[in-house]
Order: sequence, then C-alpha cells, then structure tokens
Amino acid sequence: MSDKVVLRIRRQETPKANPHWEEYHLAYRPYLNVISCLHEIRKTLKTFDGRPTSPIAWESSCLEEICGICTMVINGRVRQACSALVDPLSQPITLEPMTKFSLVRDLIVDRSSLFENLKRVKAWVPLKDTSDQGAGPKILPQDQHVNYALSRCFSCGACLEVCPQVNEKTQFVGAAVLSQARLFNRHPLGKEIKLERLRALMGEGGIEDCGNAQNCLAICPKEIPLVDSIAEVNRDITFNLVKLIEGEKA
Amino acid sequence: MASNSKQKVIVVGGGLAGLFATIKLAERGISVQLISIVPCKRSHSACAQGGINASVNTQGEGDSPRIHFEETLHGGDYLANQPMVLGMCERAPSYIYLLDRMGVAFNRTGAGDIDFRRFGGTKFHRTAFAGSTTGQQMLYSLDEQVRRFEAEGLVKRYEGWEFLSAVIDDTGVSHGVVAINLTNLEIQSFRADAVVMATGGVGVIYGRSTNSMICTGSAAGALFQQGVWYANGEFIQVHPTAIRGEDKHRLISEAVRGEGGRLWTYKDNQRWYFLEEWYPNYGNLVPRDIASRAIFKVCRELKLGVKGEDVVYLDISHIDRKILEDKLQGILEIYEKFVGEDPSKVPMRVFPAVHYTMGGIYIDAKQMSNVPGILAAGECEYQYHGANRLGANSLLSCLYGGELAAERAEEYLSGLKTSAESVSSRWFDHQRKLEEEKFETIFRSRGRENPYRLWEEMGQWMTDHVTVIRYNPKLKETDTKLLELKERLKDVNVGDSSRWANQTVVFTRQLANMIELARIVTLGALRRNESRGSHYKPDFPARDDANWLKTTVAKWTPSGPEFSDEAVDTSLVEPKERKY
Repeated sequence: MSDKVVLRIRRQETPKANPHWEEYHLAYRPYLNVISCLHEIRKTLKTFDGRPTSPIAWESSCLEEICGICTMVINGRVRQACSALVDPLSQPITLEPMTKFSLVRDLIVDRSSLFENLKRVKAWVPLKDTSDQGAGPKILPQDQHVNYALSRCFSCGACLEVCPQVNEKTQFVGAAVLSQARLFNRHPLGKEIKLERLRALMGEGGIEDCGNAQNCLAICPKEIPLVDSIAEVNRDITFNLVKLIEGEKA
Repeated sequence: MASNSKQKVIVVGGGLAGLFATIKLAERGISVQLISIVPCKRSHSACAQGGINASVNTQGEGDSPRIHFEETLHGGDYLANQPMVLGMCERAPSYIYLLDRMGVAFNRTGAGDIDFRRFGGTKFHRTAFAGSTTGQQMLYSLDEQVRRFEAEGLVKRYEGWEFLSAVIDDTGVSHGVVAINLTNLEIQSFRADAVVMATGGVGVIYGRSTNSMICTGSAAGALFQQGVWYANGEFIQVHPTAIRGEDKHRLISEAVRGEGGRLWTYKDNQRWYFLEEWYPNYGNLVPRDIASRAIFKVCRELKLGVKGEDVVYLDISHIDRKILEDKLQGILEIYEKFVGEDPSKVPMRVFPAVHYTMGGIYIDAKQMSNVPGILAAGECEYQYHGANRLGANSLLSCLYGGELAAERAEEYLSGLKTSAESVSSRWFDHQRKLEEEKFETIFRSRGRENPYRLWEEMGQWMTDHVTVIRYNPKLKETDTKLLELKERLKDVNVGDSSRWANQTVVFTRQLANMIELARIVTLGALRRNESRGSHYKPDFPARDDANWLKTTVAKWTPSGPEFSDEAVDTSLVEPKERKY
C-alpha cells in the first residue's frame, strides 16, 4: 500500500475559462473517502509540487449518499464523492465535473434542469388542499415496495450523465424524470392526472428519445429499476394513445 | 390590512419545516419567496432515517396523543413548554394521513394499512416509517407540493442563495432579508411582510457530527447578533449510535434498536448487553441522552470499549434478513458503503456523535421571535423537545412548527398597517451595504489563518468539552478558546480572488456566526449547574427543579452573550423524577 494518495483534479474557474488539471498528494490514512481528501486539500492550498493554488470549488452536504449534491466523475465514472472510498480506487484518482450539465466552477455543475423537468411531468399528487381528511387509501405491501424503490431517486443526475441520448442535440428528460412520472401514476391519488403526465412525455425530449441503452440502470446508485419505469411509461402511453391524442383529461 | 396576494412572506430554509410553512402559506393565497442554500430536495431533512411519531394506535395497544405528550415531556426532562407539546402530539395523526395522501411510501401491514414501529422512550408502536429513509420521503413529498405551487406562480424559489441578515427598522420591526447568490455572489435585499426562519440545527459547530455540512447555524447566529434571542443553547443531543468518520459521523438510526438491534461489548470474554442490564424496562430503547452516557461510561470509565477503543457493537445479525431489507435497507446500505462490512453478518461498530439541536431561536407560543415579523420553525427554534428530544419527534415538530408559523404569519399580516413594499428603501439599502462591506473585508483578507483549520480547531474543542460530559473549568477554557478563534478569524487568508462561486469567503462569514453560537452553547452550559436531559455535569449530577426548571435566554451584547431565565410552562403535567 502506497503511503500517499495522488489526486488529479480538473479545474475551471468560470464557465468560459479554459480547464486545466492540477495534481495533489496527500498522506495516506485508512478509511479516507474523496471528500476527506478535498477537506485536506483546502487546508493547504498547494499542489503536489508546492505551488500555491486557489481553493477547489465543490459541493457537499449530507455525506451519506442521500442528498446527491456531491455527484462528480471519479476515475471516469459518475458517482457521489462521499461514498467513494479511496482504498478501492486506482491512483491517480481523477476528479471531474459532470459533463451533461452546464459547468459553474471546478467540480460544480448546474442541475436545475432536473427539477424543471419534474414540473413538466407534474411529479406530485394533485392534492386539493392539506386539510385533515382522515386515512388515505390502503396500499398493499407489494405495491409499497415498488413505490419505495422509485421514491428513493435523489436527483443526482448520474443516469443523464451516462445516457447517450442526452446530448446537445436532444432535450431528453432522462430516466430519473420518467421514473418519477411512473411513481406518481402508480399512486391511488396521483393517478388522477396520469394522462397529463403521459402527454407531457410524448413530445420532444419525451419517451421517444430513449434509445434503450440501459446505461441508466447500471449506474443508478440507488439501484432504481429505471428500465422498468421507462417500459411502463411506454406501455401506458400505447394503451392510452387514443385518449391522449383526443386530449381527454383523466 | 386584510391579507391579500400583494403581501409576501419569505421562508428561509427548504427543509421540512420551511416547505410545510410554504405550502400552508401558499394555500392561503399568500405568495412566498423560498430561500435555500441548496436545492430543497438536498436539505438536511433527507437524513432523518427512522420515522415520525403519531399515536394512531393501530395496534390496539392503548396509545393516545396524551401519552405521546407525556412521554415527550418526560423524555425532555420537563424543560419544554407543555401546551405547545400537547398541540403537536394531538395534531400528529392527521399529518401521517396527509403525508400518506401526498405519496410518502410508508411501510404497510399485510392489510394495506400504515405500519408503525417502536422507538426510544416509549413502549408503544408509534413511529410511522418509510423504510429507513423517512425524512427523505417526507422531504420529497413536500418539495413536490411546493413545486406544484411554484408551477402555479404562488411560490418563487431562490435555491443556491444564502440568508445573510434580516432587515430591521429603527422600531425593531423586520421587513425582509438580505441574501447572497452563492454563484455570482450578488448581495440582494428582499422585501417581505414576514420572514419564517427554518434553517435547521447547528451540528457543524462541532466539526464532525451527524449533520449535513450545511447545518452551520449561521443564519441563527447572524440573527442573534441582530437582537434575536436564542434559547436553551446548551442542550445539544448526542446520538448514541453513529459510525465515526474522517469527514463526518454517520448516523445509524434508533430504528435499528426499534426493530430489535442490541448494543453490547465484551466483559470477561462474554457479550455484555449493558443497556439491557442497566435498564431492564426499556433496554436498548432508553432515550438517547441516557444511551449515550451509558456508552461513555462503558468506554471511558470502565474502559470496556471494543479492543479498548471508543467503540461498542450494535448488533442486528440475529434479525431475519427479510425484515432487515424491508425496514432497514437504507441503513444497511450506509454501513456497507462507508465501512465495507455487511451488518447482517458482522455487528456494527458505533460510538455517540453530536446529532440534534434542542435549543434555538427564542419564539413565543406561536412561533414568533422577539423581533416582530421574524418567525421560526423546525430545528432552528427551541420549543417542543426540552432538554432531550425523543427519536422520531423531530420530523413531527418540523411539520407542526411550520404549520403554526404559517398560521401566525397570516394573522400578523392581517394586523399590519403598512406593507413591506411601502417601507422606506433606506433600511434595505443600509443592510445590503453593511453585508457588502462585510463581504469585501473578508474577500480582501490575506492573513495567516486558514478558515477550515480554525473550524477544525473549534470542532475539536466543542466535541471534547461541550458534549456528553461537561465540567465547568473545561467549559471556561473552551470559551477562552472561542474568543481566541474569533480574533484569529480576523486574520484569515481567503486565498481565492475570484468573484464567482467563491466558497471560502462564504464559509469564513459562516464561521464567524458559528463562533457566536458556540459561545451561547458553551456559556449556557457553564451557567446551568445541574444535570438535565442531554446536559450532564458530574459535579452537579442531579436535576435541580428549584433553581433550574427554567428556559435559558441568551441576548447579544457587544461584550458577549447575556443570559437570563424564563419560567417553563408546566401547567399540564407535574414534573416527575425521570426514570427508565
């Protein structure tokens, strides 16, 4: 085991600046993760050869792989930096920002499009109000299991990062958003606007942009059955095609 | 002035309390500007694992909101104002149903009803849960409802903005806030008829805790320096079971013990289930303060930690694999991902870690602070949990506080004679300029200190001396250290000359506010010569109701926090000796 950890980090000060790489060396300790390495680096502000440099910009919050904010590309693979333990990673460890979102600075990207697309598919239960209306509809454990798996999506954007259909030429909303549409279409009260959700996925950037590469399924850190979700939304659109075209509401 | 759509409320913080307040305000037709450091979906509420309490009594155990109320008081060692706690417990069942309608994927019984599990400090199955990511599920459901209001134009989000200070006029009334855009660093003032603070706890003042990195308490610290009072700061919950980490300590939920997990260590080469031996009635489900002290006793006093280290075992290897996957999957994943061992086979290695802030912004019985127009809800305020919070009550208090704050804000708005829109712009300009100057001072600072090292130093001192066991001489030393850090902070080297996403300037400003809060915690602890809930002094081992059944109130002065006391409302239940 080497006594040091070597990191190569892609730096870019502004969206228009030229990117460059910087190398950092740290003393090895057991149980390090990528975040602890970044913590170490910001305490010295020096590259491996002692040259002073600016602090690296990156985002982190929960550090338990549940907020999704620290998602970046580590050794070529998109994942959360908090759960990226150093020991199993080959060195030098490379850190890069995600490429399918616009860059802010260094390892930070702007993922607000993910949330905008959740609006497009009305990823919510259309409650009339939040007054007390007693117990809701019964849901069987087997249905809860499916819903729970889908509801763990933390909008990290990894599925978009690996999707060949997400590029400059398309507006594809991506697997995460399709899967949320499925989740709310399954809910006893959420399905009230099922057709609206399906219709929102028929146009440009919708389900037809999916090329069935299935990279999303392989990369999802929460192992969400994204391909099933895409298939279900597709099936629902086919079954309801007449209604959808005729513009029926419910 | 009657409430109308021209009136505006700013909600600061996009976790559960802030989102619920937003929903309740929007539903009343009041437009809301929601300011959040991170996209709301990434707030710290997502980290709540175990569940939310509500005495729905689906299992015919004879549970009731009244019992929930009494156990919450008892768990909090009687320091909470009682009528508010009663209100919360009575409202709880309706929240469970509401969340269910919103789509929270609560676990179900075979008949399709919501399932409940046990948590600390009670013998009833009172905790509704969605696997072991209940906070995440609740946060998402509220976020989705807010997104609906956003699409309808009633809510405007400012995600990636951080609150800097309130705008307060010369009569002491608030009319809005000043905030900074964390990307382009633009500082802007916002007019609002009322401001609801929902900015969470202060765990980050301890360096490593179970809290998210955004839980600096900076907003509360800034408000404190503007004259907003802070109550019961000395009450910080240390959760008994966390995985120690280099970057943070990761929570292993109480739900693990609720589902049958057992704490043990070796004694005379035998497994010793110390909580079960010491507390035969509640066993592994004693409240958190008691379990944390017990682990400290085992490891530090009896030197019986695993291999002599600060570690005990949390064991679930005897529990059926199917139950584990169904009810605790999220937790198993965390342990496996961060430690690399399968907890269904090998017992988890845990130790206590700072977890929850019971104290917070001083508010009245309707969530209003001492500054008219500034309300607070959720972990950033001090009501509901007294001297120690019971597990699965935090999510509940976020909802109740958020709802009450919305109700109170509407009432306050309808009583206003002028709207924030008509207030002289000089208050806004003044406050914005003040913040711009502060920013520039830090931005230009090229001294000798690294702010992250100062933070680390503070965290170490706070963790060593202001957590589970507290001694007055050490508390005094800690405060001296905090004053030293405050001085050294003036000499930082920001090391970043960019006016774009400059995180070091932002952090340095947060750290200044964190030091103020750390002083409130430390000096509050120094003052309180008794032991109550999470606050334990071996030199004053007993609870002292005659002198200390009181809320600590801290007020800012230029020479440091000034403390006074306020009587606790114990009108409903006579405080009893706290035994488990």
